[in-house]
Amino acid sequence: MQAAGEETTAKVQVDDLSVYYGKVAAVKHASLKVHENCVTALIGPSGCGKTTFIRALNRMHDLTPGARVEGRVVLDGIDIYAPNVNPVLLRHKIGMVFQRPNPFPKSIFDNVAYGPRIHGTRNGASLEALVERSLRRAALWNEVKDRLDRSALDLSGGQQQRLCIARVLAVEPEIILMDEPASALDPIATSKIEDLINDLKREYTVIIVTHSMQQAARMSDYTAFFLLGDLVESGPTRDMFTRPSDKRTEDYITGRFG
Amino acid sequence: MRRLGARTGSKIVDQIFVAVLLGAAIVFLAIILGLAASLVKGSLPSLRTFGFAFLWTSSWNPVTSIFGALPLIYGTVISSLIATVLAGVFGIFAAVFLSDFAPAFLARPLSFMIELLAAVPSVVFGLWGLFVLAPAMRNTIDPALQRTLGFLPIFSGPSYGVGLLTAGVILALMIIPTVTAISRDVLTTIPADQREASMSLGATKWETMMKVVVPAARAGIFGAIILALGRALGETIATTMVIGNRPEIAVSLFAPSYTLASVIANEFTEATSDIYLSALIELGLLLLIVSVVVNALARILMWSVFRGARSAR
Repeated sequence: MQAAGEETTAKVQVDDLSVYYGKVAAVKHASLKVHENCVTALIGPSGCGKTTFIRALNRMHDLTPGARVEGRVVLDGIDIYAPNVNPVLLRHKIGMVFQRPNPFPKSIFDNVAYGPRIHGTRNGASLEALVERSLRRAALWNEVKDRLDRSALDLSGGQQQRLCIARVLAVEPEIILMDEPASALDPIATSKIEDLINDLKREYTVIIVTHSMQQAARMSDYTAFFLLGDLVESGPTRDMFTRPSDKRTEDYITGRFG
Repeated sequence: MRRLGARTGSKIVDQIFVAVLLGAAIVFLAIILGLAASLVKGSLPSLRTFGFAFLWTSSWNPVTSIFGALPLIYGTVISSLIATVLAGVFGIFAAVFLSDFAPAFLARPLSFMIELLAAVPSVVFGLWGLFVLAPAMRNTIDPALQRTLGFLPIFSGPSYGVGLLTAGVILALMIIPTVTAISRDVLTTIPADQREASMSLGATKWETMMKVVVPAARAGIFGAIILALGRALGETIATTMVIGNRPEIAVSLFAPSYTLASVIANEFTEATSDIYLSALIELGLLLLIVSVVVNALARILMWSVFRGARSAR
């Protein structure tokens, strides 16, 4: 399991992770190594547990009544489920972009400034610089620089999603989790998001859920394949797509189901 | 296959349906206009005698047949404002607790009990106010306010137990269910992804509620408060029992006061002269106008606040 990619450091090490909703196990005994400054794609058919898996990495399941997590998720040597870990502080380090763009019904500026303000950046000039830097980084600045005070809800879907990415970048996380960030977008907006992710991995560790194998093949360095709650196989994307070791992975990527 | 022209009957059904809807709408219009018209007609003698002075003179004297409604307008508006502020603060906090903090086993019975509070008849609130709240205000709450905030003129002077503040508190209890129930419903309609977005950015639950969820629900919460304010303005029997029924304007909130609705309820049976009766009917007209004006002002305030917030940076 750990043979692949020994040359880069593990940013996140997931060991024997299981997630239950009530008595139903949505993810069963999954283990995965996430490499620093790489894009790791989680693929698999609908309902296979990939979204459940990614939401365990920033403890979003804490907010879901009845959800229970077992196993270890080690970030930089610290188990994030240890009792002394504050999930609020953890989420400063791990940002998340959701399936549907979910900007706040506030101005574009206030959306990006939301995280920094919460974390204590009140200074007008440095806040404005941070907002501009985040929007530039999310490839949205040129489209919105003249209307920062307009409502974020006036933007198109693709722009809203890039705004959500800028909102995450403004918190200056180390890891960015993306849960099918392009599934609600048209092809042009999707390719913009993909370009952006390719660009982001130089500074951030990106974990992305996608149901599109082409997307995983295009942009990820590592891939993990989920099926019915099992993490079937993981490894470098090129190996996975050329010579998968598990029959189920091969069936999936050759389009026999899913 | 059916011919295209065969369904002319459905067109007539549609027209009948529209006519019925229009009729229902017109009935409401007619009721409002009829109400206003008969109030104006009934108050004509008073209108002719006192003119606009009715609005700003402070003497309410049936013996000399001199009537001025200013103290009554003051009592109505101030007692309702006290109630709205108290109910607004407590109601919103209760709604936030019920929608996002209370565990399910607590949220359900609590919601039920708050809605039950809305079903308590107002005369029961009045009785409780008179026999329990009024002594408590006189002996405990008012003296405590005077000790701590006595430098403010509104908390000065003797307390009799019954008065503006007591009426405001009773009214607040009566309208809290409205504020709470509607605000809770509005808060629960704010999508979960808004909460998740905020939490995932490292906000605490409290920050998420106060900076994202409540602001997103503010239009609905404001609507709940306006609805509650409307009820407070027109509430009659409970106010009558605890406000002290004295038509005077005093600076202190401890002082007895009187409201438009209370005067009508108290004095209608004793109104022996035509001018007295007409003055009471004019109070009814005023109450209608005050309600409409307060509602309109609240709506204008809401509109301007939200218009400002949309473009504010």
